[in-house]
Amino acid sequence: MTTTVKISFLPLTDSAALVAAREQGFAQEEGIDLDLVRSTSWATLRDRMIYGQVHAAQMLAPLAVAVTLGLSQQPAPLAAPYKLNVNGNMLVMASDFAKALDPDVAARLADPLGTAHDFAAAIGLWRRKPVIGVVHRFSSHSLMLRYWLASAGVDPDKDVVLRVLPPSLTVEAMQAGEIDGFIAGEPWGSAAVEAGLAEAAAIGERIWQRGVEKVLAFREAWMEENPETVDRLLRALARSAAWCDDPASHDRLSELLSDPRYIDQPAHLIRRALAGQIMARPHEPALASPDFILFGREATPFPWRSQALWIYSQLVRWGMVDHDPATATRAAAVFRPDIFRRALTGRDVAMPGASMKVEGAVQLPLAVGSRRGDLTLGPDRFFDGRIFDPERIEAYLAEFSQTR
Amino acid sequence: MRIVIIDDSGLRASVLEDGLRDAGYDDIHIVPPRGAFVARLERMAPDVVLMDLGSPSRDTLEEMLMVSRALAKPIAMFVDQSDDAMIGAAIDAGISAYVVDGLRKERVKPVLELAVRRFNAFARMQAERDDARAALTERKVIDRAKSILMNQRSMSEQDAYTLLRSTAMNQGKKIVDVAQALITASDLLGGGA
Repeated sequence: MTTTVKISFLPLTDSAALVAAREQGFAQEEGIDLDLVRSTSWATLRDRMIYGQVHAAQMLAPLAVAVTLGLSQQPAPLAAPYKLNVNGNMLVMASDFAKALDPDVAARLADPLGTAHDFAAAIGLWRRKPVIGVVHRFSSHSLMLRYWLASAGVDPDKDVVLRVLPPSLTVEAMQAGEIDGFIAGEPWGSAAVEAGLAEAAAIGERIWQRGVEKVLAFREAWMEENPETVDRLLRALARSAAWCDDPASHDRLSELLSDPRYIDQPAHLIRRALAGQIMARPHEPALASPDFILFGREATPFPWRSQALWIYSQLVRWGMVDHDPATATRAAAVFRPDIFRRALTGRDVAMPGASMKVEGAVQLPLAVGSRRGDLTLGPDRFFDGRIFDPERIEAYLAEFSQTR
Repeated sequence: MRIVIIDDSGLRASVLEDGLRDAGYDDIHIVPPRGAFVARLERMAPDVVLMDLGSPSRDTLEEMLMVSRALAKPIAMFVDQSDDAMIGAAIDAGISAYVVDGLRKERVKPVLELAVRRFNAFARMQAERDDARAALTERKVIDRAKSILMNQRSMSEQDAYTLLRSTAMNQGKKIVDVAQALITASDLLGGGA
């Protein structure tokens, strides 16, 4: 029997595993007819899910936490049993602004700490308070940008203007001069570079080497009521993610995503992030960034509760929510490793034994305890070397000089 | 009660505005979601903001509603969550409504109901217009194919149409597709009409 599952997504490379699950037949093989509903803004995607027009959504991980905590319009308990990708963001700035940064873009991107300080100096030289586009208050991009700017003493609420706009409108807004740069998922940064409007100032992967990005989110009640459908969907996505990671698939995957029903941008732009070949400045050779975006390897889809808590710690840091242990527990519970295990144990998927880990502590690829015995975690350092211990959130927050 | 409609399509906004005026609301403003629309909205201090559920500008608007110090009271989407049927109808019609906290439900409900009816009517109108446009295009294609047959095979208009129709039936195709194929072939052969 075939079950129809409606999932809303935004036109982003991050939707690769969903699109491939539909187009390459992984969903069909699990008896799922995947109906992908494109939205333009996160508000629309959120409402389509919480008011039941779709069953699930490709969601910004911090937004799933925020909706559950009642911080973004109608509160609704959401559950994220699966991460659709890790990494995949790029901060691009107008070429004029970027003149104040290291002219060697490879060196600039390799040294986020130095670049943050150059960026702080560039703010004073710019003709206005720089206006930086972010896709949502509750986005990983916004949290990473804040983290990065603050490391150089920049107050993200005072020294720059953060303007919220959906990813597919960023390039247009650059063109109109409404923003001086933006941080967004691909292919939008590459599209701005290609249009000669901007160059890369930072890459998400260099800020946090394994940064939590989009999740597959459900209304918790629906997920609990439909365990069999959820499990089949997760199995289809796990196979799709492995296919998306495979370099042999990248040509086909870029073509699929470039379709007007999905991203509607040229395949060669989309391919850059998939292949980890980033053009940081117009007409320059691509830079190798092999971990630019991950879909399946290193147990990428596994929803580590410690990552939900890192998001929570940043929401507290910036005064978006008040810290108290009960709220922290609710935030952590949005990520559902128990569902992931139920769906994927015994399949060809790396399965961590734990549900939490210390974030930012892995310097070199590390083989860890796994129920399948072959899980290697990639390096997950934050660029400033800080380590997040989910058991010690207060101590972690006390380390930062900038908080609200 | 001050109502602001944020809309890019002039037509839909007017359809909604007319309806609201007919129902006795007179403090209505239409703001296109471009440029500094957020600043304009802040100055207007609306009680109700209506906009297309799928509008790409909603993230920008919601951020403003969250951080604005100019707005005296918080505005949230569907403040009263108790009326599931109402919210369902609004979502299905493709409406998002942001309402000032404290505005009584009885005052908001008629506005929302009216917006739902008008949005649905507008969607129907658009569908009908699209159908009419498609029909017009089809008729033009068939007319051109008929005149090719009339000129090149010296047929009457009625015979030309009958030939097109019987060919379509024999091939299990639509008349317009047969007509289009004939036009293409005629163009390729340099026949002209």
